[in-house]
Amino acid sequence: MDWFKRIKEGITTSTHEKKETPDGLWSKCPKCKTIVTTKEQEENLYVCFNCNYHHRIGSKEYFKILFDNNKFTELDKNIVSVDILKFKDKKAYTERISSMQRNTGLKDAVRTAHGKINNNIVVVACMDFSFIGGSIGSVVGEKIARAIDFARVKNYPLLIISKSGGARMMEAGISLMQLAKTSAKLAQLAEKGLPYISLCTDPTFGGATASFSMLGDLNIAEPNALIGFAGPKVVKETIGKDLPEGFQTAEFLKEKGFIDIIIDRKDLKEKISQLFRIMKK
Amino acid sequence: MIKHFLSFEKQVSDLEGKIEELRHLSSGADINIAEEIGKLQGAVSEELRSTYSKLTAWQKVQVARHPERPHFEDILNHLMEDYTPLSGDRNFADDNALTGGTAFFRGRSVVVIGIDKGKDTNDRILKNFGMARPEGYRKAIRLMQLADQFSLPILMFVDTAGAYPGKGAEERGQAEAIARCIQKSLQVSVPTISVITGEGGSGGAVALAVANNTLMLEHAIYSVISPEGCSSILWRSSENANHAAEALKLTAQDMQKFNIIDEIIPEPTGGAHRDPHLAIKKIGDAVENRLINLLSLQKDELLKLKEEKYLKIS
Ligand SMILES: [Zn+2]
Repeated sequence: MDWFKRIKEGITTSTHEKKETPDGLWSKCPKCKTIVTTKEQEENLYVCFNCNYHHRIGSKEYFKILFDNNKFTELDKNIVSVDILKFKDKKAYTERISSMQRNTGLKDAVRTAHGKINNNIVVVACMDFSFIGGSIGSVVGEKIARAIDFARVKNYPLLIISKSGGARMMEAGISLMQLAKTSAKLAQLAEKGLPYISLCTDPTFGGATASFSMLGDLNIAEPNALIGFAGPKVVKETIGKDLPEGFQTAEFLKEKGFIDIIIDRKDLKEKISQLFRIMKK
Repeated sequence: MIKHFLSFEKQVSDLEGKIEELRHLSSGADINIAEEIGKLQGAVSEELRSTYSKLTAWQKVQVARHPERPHFEDILNHLMEDYTPLSGDRNFADDNALTGGTAFFRGRSVVVIGIDKGKDTNDRILKNFGMARPEGYRKAIRLMQLADQFSLPILMFVDTAGAYPGKGAEERGQAEAIARCIQKSLQVSVPTISVITGEGGSGGAVALAVANNTLMLEHAIYSVISPEGCSSILWRSSENANHAAEALKLTAQDMQKFNIIDEIIPEPTGGAHRDPHLAIKKIGDAVENRLINLLSLQKDELLKLKEEKYLKIS
């Protein structure tokens, strides 16, 4: 049974508008309140000059940061969700999806592509938190699975950039199965000896960490990213106590032994390509 | 007679109350009373049959959580012989919610792993209400490894609201433990069978539900989030749990329709909690059938089947 459908090329026009940053717009760092122009912010890869706060960014920005000259070929870009469960809360799932697509210009919560990073081809799957909280449903699972396949068949290394609240409630049991599916695909990749780096960014939780996000040959993270299984609110309610400062941050996870390296965004491209060069057989 | 009646079982509990009353009145020799009791018992069965044949999703959630349903411990006691529990994750601690070991199941040696919510207050506290910590999942990985090494089939029994969302569990990598557990169960080349007996709650359940064959009891549930949790997130109030249960399509019947599970094990009339022994026997029969079939397959066929099963899922 297919829980997603492929729409024919050309039927839908891309709603993705170029979000050129007009000069003169200002952006405030949520952490230290330093104000910079949006242009400066973009030039600094959406990282605060003053306190190194890493703003949440999406696949568009990551692709631009990583791929040489922002050149890449997107994979499976027309897979969209089919509402097999006819899920309805206050809003029907199909409505939620289409309004999300209109507002974000994205088809779902992940984009996958291949392209050169410092002259070596890498397959990158990058999640978009702006699309229903980066939640994992059949489309996200399928696109990640296909990206892994592509890497395996073509002998390319794989990078998955996670940014997710977890499994998508509106796809219920089907979204749970994506944990198994992506894990199965990663096992196949590992069998072939191809390297997989998982980059956890703010935030990475639930179904993501309980599957592909924690299964990297290397698990790396951006500074201060929140990473965990249960969200901090749930943990706080469970134990009935306030959580210590820095709980579930990338630094905390590194100290506990679950993250290999924390990498500043400005060093990301260099470090990734260096690690893949070393791990390549 | 069972102790806990569910809210939709009012008529059954009234009828059974009458039966009890009559029993107290009679010395046992009174023929008229025996006849009356017989009639009432017939009415109880009829009422149960009709109620349980059309349970709503939310009612199933309540049945799946019924405290008198068969627990993993009952399954061990009645289906396994010479069970040897194996403890510890070889790293940090032993988990009491998720346990397992070696045993004989109807004459065959197996590794058996399960999650148990506990029977009474003390047992529930000991077993952390059936919510495993990372050590539990790492113990499961270790037991799966052991099974693989010695070619023992793995039988898993799941009944959990989910993995424990505590501070220590996060510190010790709950998510990583579950992710590795899922991957390990995909990698072992021995037959694997998982039965969801009550509640199959989110990632904590998936960790033990990825198998060659996944079975569910008729009124068990399998869900990405509890209906209460879903209600408070999507409806911004906990009062829509019944609507959330419906929307989440969490029943065994839904799971089978979406090919997420392979088989539904019928429960005794009125649910597994009304006749746990019969329910356990039915579980045993279903598992044995599946096991005999899987044992006829080669290692690479078992791996391939699992791969196909989970890769086929859209
Ligand atoms: Zn700042």
